[in-house]
Amino acid sequence: MLIGHQPKEFLLAVEALTVSFDGFKAVNDLSFYVEENEIRVIIGPNGAGKTTVLDLICGKTKATSGSIQFRGKELTKLRENEIVKAGVGRKFQTPSVFEDLSVFENLEISFPRGRTVFGSLTFQRDSVVKDRVEEVAEMIFLKDRLKTSAAELSHGQKQWLEIGMLLIQNPDLLMLDEPVAGMSVSERAKTAELLNRIIKDRSVLVIEHDMKFVEDIAHKVTVLHQGQILSEGTMERVKNDPKVVEVYLGH
Amino acid sequence: MIINSRFFNRSELIGFVSLLLLLVVILPLALDVFRLNLVAKYLTYAFVAIGLVLCWGYGGILSLGQGVFFGLGGYCMAMFLKLEASSVANTKIQSTPGIPDFMDWNQLTQLPFFWKPFQSFPFALAAIILVPAIFAFIIGAAMFKRRVGGVYFAIITQAVAAILTILIVGQQGYTGGINGITDLRTLHGWDIRTDHAKLILYFVEVFLLFVAILVAQFIRLTKLGRILVAMREQEDRVRFSGYSVANFKIFAFCAAAVFAAVGGALFTLEVGFMSPSFVGIVPSIEMVIYTAVGGRLSIFGAVYGTILVNFAKTSLSETFPQLWLFGLGALFIAVVLAFPNGLAGIWGDYVQPRIDRLLASRTKKSGNGGLVANGAPAE
Repeated sequence: MLIGHQPKEFLLAVEALTVSFDGFKAVNDLSFYVEENEIRVIIGPNGAGKTTVLDLICGKTKATSGSIQFRGKELTKLRENEIVKAGVGRKFQTPSVFEDLSVFENLEISFPRGRTVFGSLTFQRDSVVKDRVEEVAEMIFLKDRLKTSAAELSHGQKQWLEIGMLLIQNPDLLMLDEPVAGMSVSERAKTAELLNRIIKDRSVLVIEHDMKFVEDIAHKVTVLHQGQILSEGTMERVKNDPKVVEVYLGH
Repeated sequence: MIINSRFFNRSELIGFVSLLLLLVVILPLALDVFRLNLVAKYLTYAFVAIGLVLCWGYGGILSLGQGVFFGLGGYCMAMFLKLEASSVANTKIQSTPGIPDFMDWNQLTQLPFFWKPFQSFPFALAAIILVPAIFAFIIGAAMFKRRVGGVYFAIITQAVAAILTILIVGQQGYTGGINGITDLRTLHGWDIRTDHAKLILYFVEVFLLFVAILVAQFIRLTKLGRILVAMREQEDRVRFSGYSVANFKIFAFCAAAVFAAVGGALFTLEVGFMSPSFVGIVPSIEMVIYTAVGGRLSIFGAVYGTILVNFAKTSLSETFPQLWLFGLGALFIAVVLAFPNGLAGIWGDYVQPRIDRLLASRTKKSGNGGLVANGAPAE
């Protein structure tokens, strides 16, 4: 019955999204679409609204107008924990891990079971949980640090731990805010390797300033400027866009 | 009981056994009934302190209104006991026999409707738990769903404590006013004022205290206990890990309220009356000080802190009545500045490592070279 050009099924469809803080439009009539298994990188100068876009998708900030459709669900109407249950995971810019808990406990809390009050009272640390925690810990290079308190990890290891906490949730859309900021060169290479491994079977939305890193991982790049899209496309195309060179890559 | 981790670690086991010895053996043998009854009074506050360890120490929710729940529990018990003491035979000189004396003085001619169910002991017992729990749930839901937290929440709990006090004092005919509910005599015909009854009540209370300790420890060791810690540090990370932070805060606040209410009900039984002076802002803050001095992260520390501060209060307020409040304030400031984890922190940071070293050197001397006492993590 379906004839002609069909609109593609997008995993995430952001349309006419606007948020205004006391009249200042941090994100202004923004629309973009993310496909299944796509790695999208958002770049742009400081104050372009990159982090705000992630905040809007994960529910941390409420949109003034516009819509965010994720698998046909309207995210702007859901609470943060419901958005997580829908399959969206978010990593913050500064590593936010639970420093008073061990690496194991950090990962265990993120395991998607027993998320209600009474569910968490009766939660059992069974072999399913233990195996999954160990599996993820191995991916994030922390297998031999499971008993270490998270406070004792290095900055880079904390970033990995937070990525691991998202992985264990097994989200369909993973949002990472500057995952390699403040990392050493060797940590950066390891993170790129980690990201390349975990992007299978899911879409990833990344904010990053490190252009070398962006080139390594991005399928498609969106350049934001003053809350609006300046340019969008492959890295090659964006890099040669005179507008982008002027406001962002030029300096 | 808990998979893969012991119910008590080493320092908690020491705390448990020493508290058991102190409360069950040493104090009953060393003190006369009058002094033992004082200890019983102190221990009713220990219930509040245990609740605050969960709510404030672990969950990071500072409530400066625990007196409210202590009072609600205490009043529920007092209402039952008062009705029993106000039998027609006991009150035949009143113009309306069969109602509590203060109602008669305030020209009430019949029992108010909300007093009537308190003629039933099972109802009163259920009310001791449910009334504070429901009240805490309403406050918690109203505040935490709106993301009111931290200092603002603490101030609101203070306001609630002030409001409840004013309400109780103002509605004299229904509540007994500023004097509270006094002249409580018997529980199911059993005279609670005799020395023998006081001894029995002391042991009942100690038993319930250990039940409370075990329940609190159980909660602490579940995943919920770890989520409370996680919430205290990184509320957003918990939220974006798929948890409703508000619901967990409401649970912690309700749990603390129930612990406080059980303490309040026992207070009424031990002391024989209940009054608004245990509900307001000052007692509520004192309860927080007990927890802070003992160590807000340690269940046992909080119990010891409560006993010690109250002993100090009794002996100092007898000798220097004007100075006591200043002393209490200074103690609180000193603890917060110098020892944020209270007595339990001092024990974990200074005393226990020294004992460990002493034991380690002794085992070495006696020839078991490889054996080194394991340093349990300080809590």
